Amino acid sequence: MAQDQQAERWSAGVIPYAQMGYYAPDYVPADTDLLAAFRITPQPGVPPEEAGAAVAGESSTATWTVVWTDRLTAYDHYQAKCYRVDPVPGRDGEYIARIAYDIDLFEEGSIPNLTSSIIGNVFGFKALKALRLEDMRIPLHYVKTFQGPPHGIVMEREYLNKYGRPLLGATTKPKLGLSARNYGRVVYEALRGGLDFTKDDENINSQPFMRWRDRFLFTMEAVNRAQERTGEIKGHYLNVTAATMEDMYERADFARELGSVIIMADLTVGYTALHSMARWARRNGVLLHLHRAGHSTYTRQKSHGVSFRVIAKWSRLIGVDHIHAGTVVGKLEGDPANVRGYYDTLREARIPASPGNGIYFDQDWGSMPGTMPVASGGIHAGQMHQLLHYLGEDVVLQFGGGTIGHPLGIAAGATANRVATEAMIKARNEGRDFAAEGEDILREAAKRCQPLQVALDTWGEVTFNYESTDTPDVVVTPTA
Amino acid sequence: MRITQGTFSYLPDLTDDEIAVQIGYALDRDWAVAVEFTDDPHPRNVLWEMWGLPMFGLADPAGALDEVLACRAAYPGHYVRVTAYDASLGRQTTALSFIVSRPATEPGFRLDRQETTDRRIRYSLHPYAAEGPRGQRYAAGSFGQNGAREG
Repeated sequence: MAQDQQAERWSAGVIPYAQMGYYAPDYVPADTDLLAAFRITPQPGVPPEEAGAAVAGESSTATWTVVWTDRLTAYDHYQAKCYRVDPVPGRDGEYIARIAYDIDLFEEGSIPNLTSSIIGNVFGFKALKALRLEDMRIPLHYVKTFQGPPHGIVMEREYLNKYGRPLLGATTKPKLGLSARNYGRVVYEALRGGLDFTKDDENINSQPFMRWRDRFLFTMEAVNRAQERTGEIKGHYLNVTAATMEDMYERADFARELGSVIIMADLTVGYTALHSMARWARRNGVLLHLHRAGHSTYTRQKSHGVSFRVIAKWSRLIGVDHIHAGTVVGKLEGDPANVRGYYDTLREARIPASPGNGIYFDQDWGSMPGTMPVASGGIHAGQMHQLLHYLGEDVVLQFGGGTIGHPLGIAAGATANRVATEAMIKARNEGRDFAAEGEDILREAAKRCQPLQVALDTWGEVTFNYESTDTPDVVVTPTA
Repeated sequence: MRITQGTFSYLPDLTDDEIAVQIGYALDRDWAVAVEFTDDPHPRNVLWEMWGLPMFGLADPAGALDEVLACRAAYPGHYVRVTAYDASLGRQTTALSFIVSRPATEPGFRLDRQETTDRRIRYSLHPYAAEGPRGQRYAAGSFGQNGAREG
């Protein structure tokens, strides 16, 4: 019988993936295995176990037909194994398939290699209507082959000499069109008013209206003037995103030479370029900010793509000091439970599986530093209690419109945000229920700070209450 | 000017009671509170002088507040800050740091520019206070007379 099965396994032609060994319900994952949770939506008539096995096969060793050359290898070592398939409650036709990959399948310290396997071919597979990579468990053995954040949260705070409160930033607006000199004005006003950082937007690179070198020069004048006015360390994320690595290095080197504490790159540059910039940032002592430009094309829809929690893991491994990770209350997609999962993934050393936050696996980062999450997009001073409640203290809160759009000017907008932050932290430390009393705390602080009063009058009522597209499947019922 | 280093510099100066409450928050988290002072407020001057050792194992905020008051009395013309240190694995860093005393006048900084080639400028921040020798940097203060803890 066993011999018959063995013979069938190797006869030429097409046999189900499950039969080729890619479905192994008895397999017990090893501590060194890389684990993935995929949301699969099989085509009608395709059993979920076969669909899970197909994903395991196509993301590891298999092709569509039997090949005798498998027998030249210890193939059962290299085959990924779908070891568990569960239907998703309340989502007809969707299943979560868990797949284990042996660590030998991946090159050490290479996210491009990892992603070429795990999301390389398989997402276009005809037997599936849709496929989404929900989460990954990166074994500590593999974590240790990555550099990780060039500095991390602790080093960043010590470098900037700023403790005990969220860092504050603003993206220069309008995003496009300002001349370098005008751009420097915006940076100066925002930083002298009380922000810690200003930021190039993702699509500011080196356009005809403002070439990169001019921007860097005027911006660093602004940063230094603001340091002189406040006695604080200030920074501007100089975006070095460009068409080639040579261009990116040239821009980064110039930023370093001018004394910038931080540079940035966009996710659109690709994983290889990010790995290179992470090495550069570690070597040169410059913080690296990542703007996740483009991610929503594949992270937002629940049935197909890659969850942002996976992108967050890859980014921490590659090594960025900052990454945008959602605001909950702002203008962009971000369910509170999912965002909590992203923030934990970026900041904590050990994250237990927590279905309510969309976390499928325990994750152990060992001693890899944390990446500072950045909250940006449609947030304002009037939400400070909610921001602190949802996002905590190790976060950069970025108020672009909420600084630059202030009726009394950019510096006043910055001051309003800084006063709101410090007042909320002070109240929290004093033991007040800041989430519930937030509006009172802000009103009290505004009595001594006209810019904050004006900010509350202007934006206090602005909210973005839309239903989230991407939510965890498990809703935790409050027990209290 | 008003130097805005520290967690609460944009708020009105904390009262002694408010300082004690913040210290209590730190002690509740097993953070070691320390008092530090300086007359060189350059933002990259990390190593302010230590007013004694960090107060490991302290339970009562009043004890730390006494040290704040003593440091402030000894160095009325200096900056004094309270820091709270989190020694837990993965942090091992300052968790909170706020200014609790300032000189009567803060002269601030001068920005020096060294113009080099290709429009590049090398910037340097010069604290006016640091023009005088240590201990004589702020005219108004009566510091230097009770320098037992200094150095």
